[in-house]
Amino acid sequence: MIRAKTYNGLFYFYVALVFVFIFLPILTSFVFSFNSERFPTIPLGHFTLHWYTLAFTDADVWDAFRVSLIVSLSVAFIATFLGFCTAYTDYRYNFFGKSAYLALSLLPPTIPLVIMGLAMLALLARIGMSGKIISIIVSHVVLCSPFAMAIVRMRLAQIDPNLESAAWNLGASQWRTMREVIVPFCAPALISAFCLTAAVSFDEFAVAWFVSGLNKTVPVMILEILQGNTDPRINAIGSVVFVTSITLVILAQIIYMRKSTRKTLTGF
Amino acid sequence: MEDSVATNQTQPLVLFDHVTKRFGPTTAVDSISLQIFEGEFLSIMGPSGCGKTTTLRMLAGLEEPSEGEIQLAGERINNVTVSERDTPMVWQSLALFPFLNVIKNVEFGLKMRGVSATERHQRALDWLERLEIVDFADREISQLSGGQQQRVALARSLVTEPRILLLDEPLSALDANLVVRMQGVLTKLQKELGITFVYVTHRQSEAFAMSDRVVIMNQGRIEQIDSAKGIYRNPATRFVAEFVGSNNILTGAVTSVDGLIEIDTPAGRFKCASSTDHEWSIGDTTSLVISADLVRLSTSTANDTNEMECRFISEEFVGSIVTVLAETPDGADFRIQLQQRELSELDLKVGAAVYVRWDSHDAHLLRNTA
Repeated sequence: MIRAKTYNGLFYFYVALVFVFIFLPILTSFVFSFNSERFPTIPLGHFTLHWYTLAFTDADVWDAFRVSLIVSLSVAFIATFLGFCTAYTDYRYNFFGKSAYLALSLLPPTIPLVIMGLAMLALLARIGMSGKIISIIVSHVVLCSPFAMAIVRMRLAQIDPNLESAAWNLGASQWRTMREVIVPFCAPALISAFCLTAAVSFDEFAVAWFVSGLNKTVPVMILEILQGNTDPRINAIGSVVFVTSITLVILAQIIYMRKSTRKTLTGF
Repeated sequence: MEDSVATNQTQPLVLFDHVTKRFGPTTAVDSISLQIFEGEFLSIMGPSGCGKTTTLRMLAGLEEPSEGEIQLAGERINNVTVSERDTPMVWQSLALFPFLNVIKNVEFGLKMRGVSATERHQRALDWLERLEIVDFADREISQLSGGQQQRVALARSLVTEPRILLLDEPLSALDANLVVRMQGVLTKLQKELGITFVYVTHRQSEAFAMSDRVVIMNQGRIEQIDSAKGIYRNPATRFVAEFVGSNNILTGAVTSVDGLIEIDTPAGRFKCASSTDHEWSIGDTTSLVISADLVRLSTSTANDTNEMECRFISEEFVGSIVTVLAETPDGADFRIQLQQRELSELDLKVGAAVYVRWDSHDAHLLRNTA
């Protein structure tokens, strides 16, 4: 008994330590973003929104946010669509070279980002598409689609294989079944894939840095400010970015968990 | 055999004409021919892999026959797509749409046919009422019990008022009590609606309790088509005799055809009244089928014609009926079904000598012993 309790206590302590390790830097940045002192030192000065006002009166910051928003929303749309299509073909059809098809479509996240960025730049420059917003979108779609596919695929693994046939049997054509059965069934996965791919794209730095040219995204801009000097505006911008991403990720989690558990209770 | 439904009708609702289905090298359904009539309750029964579900799926259009022709109401439907056939099915897994509530599930078929929202709502409600689940109209599917989900699946398939309903082992997920209740619901519904039910199952009790006719399938072929009673009392083949009920099968050669037919088996010589119009001749190989419930058991010999001394092995208690397992003189198993009370009166010890006997009219000869 006592031994089990001790182990339990140690375990909780360990988990807490891991969380501190992960979140302390972010928390520090968050705290210093409201600190009046120019340098991140203790003791702290007083509470201020100065760095936020400073950051968000800068047109460049707004531009970067605008680019990031356009990119991440477009990427989320396209990547979720592509991921859904890939996952569905995997669920529905058997064809020659299917495992190669699956391996290739899941590959992009395993490629080192620097290599990916460089390769993308080389390709896009050659076809005259580098340095535009669309170049970032294209590159991020490549990077994000596999995540969307993995999420939708997990959902489709839970489907009753007779569900589609049942819809046809009740008079629905193949397209109608797609619209009335497959998409609604996958809805929680699609929403969470949308949130997750948006978050990944919003945060991604390396690839964006290579292909963005003058259309800087927020992470690219942050690095450029950092290279200049120590600027507390970074803490403010960073905090906003962090809150945005974590909100999207948590939303994705909640939506997926809630909808899918309700389904599993059906007990097929 | 009595086949009242078949003789009353001229044109069958469904016709399978030498239909074969192959999946790669395996033949799932092997040149079957079958007529299904308007308003009958037909069951297709057989062990798993016998082709019964494939047959049903071909009728629904979910599989395309490799050979042969399927007709629905006189028209060839081989090339009609699933969504264009009016052959709704109740699935083994039920396949209810988990993202729709009860009433929306029931409305689905009507929605696909372009019925207006108000009309389909009303018609769906009527069906829920009929199946006594109208109180659950707005519930989620996951909030219902197995039996209630079953009723939703039935309502969903029947709401379009089809001429035929296909059922693929719909009761297999339910517990025994509920199965009997749902059997009642199904037979009542079928009688009231007067439409054709084609019911696939591997359970004899379900097929026999509900059907007008039963089709027994094995290895892609039809072994026998008859009423439940016909199949139970007069199995056409050895497979049917073994698959249905608890039959004792003794194989031997015909030694006399004078009046009763006499068969010489390793367990002894027995006499039997031929139930078929087959002309038997001396030397024919045949099997004698004796249903376990038509056998009497005693501890003393009566020197009867169809009597055999066996050894008592064990008993298996299943409610009011007991199945006694005995060993024949040649070491084969022999089953006898008795009332629990009858057996306790005999007070048998394992290994004791017992005498089994049966009436020569209660035994049945198989024409085909293959």
